[in-house]
Amino acid sequence: MATKSDVLDFIRIYADKMAEHRQELTDYDQAIGDGDHGINMSRGFKAVIEKLPAVYEKNIDEILKTVGMILVSTVGGASGPLYGSAFMKAGAAVKGKGELSNEDIILAFDEAVGGIQFRGKAVEGEKTILDSMIPAIKAIKASIADGKSMAEALVDGEKAAWDGVEYTKTIIATKGRASYLGERSIGHQDPGATSMAYVFQAAKEVAEKVGC
Amino acid sequence: MLEGIVLAHPEYVARLEGFDVLIRADKKINKVALVSGGGSGHEPAHGGFVGTGMLDAAVAGSVFTSPTPDQVLEAIKAVDTGQGVLLVIKNYTGDIMNFEMAAELAEAEGIEVATVVTNDDVAVEDSLYTTGRRGVAGTVFVHKIAGARAETGASLDEVKAIAQKVIANVRTMGVALKPCTVPAVGKPGFELSEDEMELGIGIHGEPGIERKPLQTADEIVDYLMKRILNDIEFQVGDEVAAMINGAGATPPMELYILNRRVSQILAGKGIRVFKTFVGNYMTSIDMAGASITLLKLDDELKELLLAQADTVGFKMC
Repeated sequence: MATKSDVLDFIRIYADKMAEHRQELTDYDQAIGDGDHGINMSRGFKAVIEKLPAVYEKNIDEILKTVGMILVSTVGGASGPLYGSAFMKAGAAVKGKGELSNEDIILAFDEAVGGIQFRGKAVEGEKTILDSMIPAIKAIKASIADGKSMAEALVDGEKAAWDGVEYTKTIIATKGRASYLGERSIGHQDPGATSMAYVFQAAKEVAEKVGC
Repeated sequence: MLEGIVLAHPEYVARLEGFDVLIRADKKINKVALVSGGGSGHEPAHGGFVGTGMLDAAVAGSVFTSPTPDQVLEAIKAVDTGQGVLLVIKNYTGDIMNFEMAAELAEAEGIEVATVVTNDDVAVEDSLYTTGRRGVAGTVFVHKIAGARAETGASLDEVKAIAQKVIANVRTMGVALKPCTVPAVGKPGFELSEDEMELGIGIHGEPGIERKPLQTADEIVDYLMKRILNDIEFQVGDEVAAMINGAGATPPMELYILNRRVSQILAGKGIRVFKTFVGNYMTSIDMAGASITLLKLDDELKELLLAQADTVGFKMC
């Protein structure tokens, strides 16, 4: 379960992570892309934090939708539409909710994946954001099905996300600018998969704190 | 930067208030409108091509980063006259997503929007396993020719069709001798030693086909032209427009030296150069390098290429 204040905490923690890992993400992107992922993500989430107080009183769906719209209009590049679509779809999935059940959280994650796939026209195994996101959600679903709590499931989810990041080092990029490198993209981890792994890390940290 | 462009050329372009968008300074004309744009750092592209016979609006993103959908949407709304708007997009994942989102938003507001995607860079293999070829300097010919067609009062479908004809017939390849630096990053996007060059470089410094020791200008042109000529069928007597485009830190002197060899090679193959363009059209900030673009022409394309264009970065009178 997650309350509105958990969702707001998650957004704040993730924004801090994007500021903290700005250079790291940019370095990964310089190796195989155009070298702006960390810059763009930290700019986008800085704008999110500035504008967040305006939606404190709204429902969770409105908050997520607003985050998505701010990202779309401030991040640019490919990550703006991708992360923006993810947050907007997640918001639409939990319409009118003041708090989220575990089923709601999983539905929101699923819809977020759908949003990214629609916008990016990618599937798993193409060295993208999806390669950490899809395994993480699978792991969360499996853990919940095993009767674990959401906090425990998010620990498993984060681990699966980082395993996914490791996996991106072994595959050839076929989407995005990294695809121009062909086989030369092997050995490098995908910056988008990395920034997505921090999503699950942030969610885990929120769950740890509230002990849900 | 946009402020500086408007202050320098108020007779050509105006800023769309509150947005990173340049529009034509003259009154809206009742015709299909052309909107293009992309990351900054490619000047004069794209704002420099706003004007008579080319673009109606150009949207500028951060350096090497696609503009966002809300900015593109405002550009579309500013120039639409009810005849529809053609978006000319260079084939990069970010540009395509942001422009497509803008197109969806504009359509939801009742504006007719069509899109074309330029992909003239022969250095990238076009296959199911890549994002596809990059849109580079050949995009300027799409602006020129589709823009000329729009000025004749053609419909959105007709303007889109001619843009696609240009895309089907234009090929480019580039070389870099020194990398470029995105200011916010503060260090070069890739390493290249003094005596090396990257063949097949992209306009954001993306890697090309191979890295080799420096060669003479003629040898470099031989390499690039071989790739371009292998990619599109030419017959004796065909006519082309050639563009020798500077990457930002290459002096005109060197571009003319490259052009000398381009002309020699084409003459040797019996291909007639109908029109040559030498200069900075699609740059990569401070990169030292150049690209060669060939556009295969027919009578229709020739007529539209020669039609009047009056913009900061491209003139035809």
